[in-house]
Amino acid sequence: MLRFALQRLLSLSISLIVASLVIFFVIEVIPGDPAAYMLGMSARPETVAALQRELGLDQPVLARYLSWVGGMLTGDFGTSYTYRVPVSDLIMARLGVSLPLTVYALLLSTLIAFPVGLIAAARRGSALDAGIMGGTQLGIAVPNFWFAMLLVLLFSITLQWFSAGGFPGWDRGFWVNIKALTLPAVALALPQASILARVMRSAVIETLGQDYIRTARAKGLSERQAVVRHALRNALIPVLTIIGLQFSFLLAGAIIIENVFFLPGLGRLIFQAITQRDLIVVESVVMLLVFAVILVTFLVDLAYAAADPRLRRRA
Amino acid sequence: MNRLPFTLLAGAALTAVFALAALVSFVWTPHPVDGMNIGARLQAPGAAHWFGTDHFGRDILSMIMVGARTSIAVAVIAVGMGMALGVPLGLLAAANRGGLIDEIIMRGNDLIFAFPALVIAILITAVFGPSAVNAIIAIGIFNTPVFARVTRGGALSLWTLDYIRAAEVAGKGPARISVEHILPNIANLLIVQGTIQFSLGILAEAALSYVGLGAQPPIPSWGRMLAEAQTMISFAPHMAVIPGLAIVLTVLGLNLMGDGLRDVLDPRLRRTR
Repeated sequence: MLRFALQRLLSLSISLIVASLVIFFVIEVIPGDPAAYMLGMSARPETVAALQRELGLDQPVLARYLSWVGGMLTGDFGTSYTYRVPVSDLIMARLGVSLPLTVYALLLSTLIAFPVGLIAAARRGSALDAGIMGGTQLGIAVPNFWFAMLLVLLFSITLQWFSAGGFPGWDRGFWVNIKALTLPAVALALPQASILARVMRSAVIETLGQDYIRTARAKGLSERQAVVRHALRNALIPVLTIIGLQFSFLLAGAIIIENVFFLPGLGRLIFQAITQRDLIVVESVVMLLVFAVILVTFLVDLAYAAADPRLRRRA
Repeated sequence: MNRLPFTLLAGAALTAVFALAALVSFVWTPHPVDGMNIGARLQAPGAAHWFGTDHFGRDILSMIMVGARTSIAVAVIAVGMGMALGVPLGLLAAANRGGLIDEIIMRGNDLIFAFPALVIAILITAVFGPSAVNAIIAIGIFNTPVFARVTRGGALSLWTLDYIRAAEVAGKGPARISVEHILPNIANLLIVQGTIQFSLGILAEAALSYVGLGAQPPIPSWGRMLAEAQTMISFAPHMAVIPGLAIVLTVLGLNLMGDGLRDVLDPRLRRTR
């Protein structure tokens, strides 16, 4: 297990290095002169030269790359050109919205999808199953940001149960913020729950066809006991993979949905940074997002190697 | 086999409606698509404007028809790009199975998987500015590893079969075998995956243009219609509801069609579904 973990850790590091090279190349090498690009056409040459010095653009490319990566490793992401504050401060403040939103949505999606997928599998072929499958087919087709707008229309404007947007901040207490994140999390979670429920259903149906389930039934377990004790556990491996994949979808989705609810998260930060051509912020946020996705993939790999010893040898 | 599944027919019908709307929009729309008419703004759906009008008095049905063009074009080209890059890579990886090239291609795949389509789009637009073309490139890059993986997976199982051995013995090289024998036999897989990526492409295009990273004005797009509707949702909800329904129905149609195609093309899967 340790050997497997070390191998995965090595491949995680290589992925991170290559990803950082790609991001650095796109942001800092392709535009030619990032300082001129950030300041726009009408900038005076002195201003461009000053920014070039500030960004260290007079250094060779390799030195710039190493100082960027070295800075990130020590928590120094550089200074935002438009906000004039350290990028790490900006990111930490925004992560406090985006990360809880993503985790909240992931929890909701899993909590909804597990029972729904399990019931559909246990009652496969019934009207209930057909209804669930139809509903999830619809759920997959719904764009989460549009669903979010419909939730605002119903729960904020018509029923007035929730405010239509905004975020009080964590210093104002836990529950007010959870309430502010609830509509966004539901909007994010339902389409993902549809996918997860379908995966759960087919994984359980697959395991229900196995010999050990027939044995379990033959020794007198009820259908319910057979499903819960034996099928569920074995169905979890494909489901776990999908949950890991969903993290990256939910994180990207969170960035989009923050726009619907005017949440001050990473999404607002990065879209403002794009329009203001604040490449330093864009570069760091993108690296952070990619890091999160690679890290979760790594954790999922470890989780199912722990659950299924056969997978350890394959790597 | 002699009866097509209901999902295929329903999905194909839904898809055809939107494809037709997109085609018809080239020669006719109920109203001029950029025809502003402030006097008739924010009208609810009615006889003159079936789907109502927006805040400039533009006819929403006409905008939906022209927007279908944008969505379909972006998604189709992005799927084409994913296939054009991914399929040869997948074939190459399978032909070199277990070798260094295979390893490099698969690791490259994993790397691209770490970049969600949105993040690729953010990177591209940060440097080149937002446009429909950049949205296509972002979604196309996202599609590439998907097709490479499906192609490699399908091709790997074929390489062990006797008729491929026979072709090798007959002196055909790996490139020729890949094109002449492997590719035709995984076409089914690619068609099904293509339908799925097409529907994902429609969703991705809508999301990108919603956040301003996709098609720019004056090109109509469903995602941007939703972005414009957002501030007016309390007094003109039809502006938000109708473009969203267009997206849902198109994606639903494509997904149903994909499911139906899979049932027809790969009968082995029918049992478990």
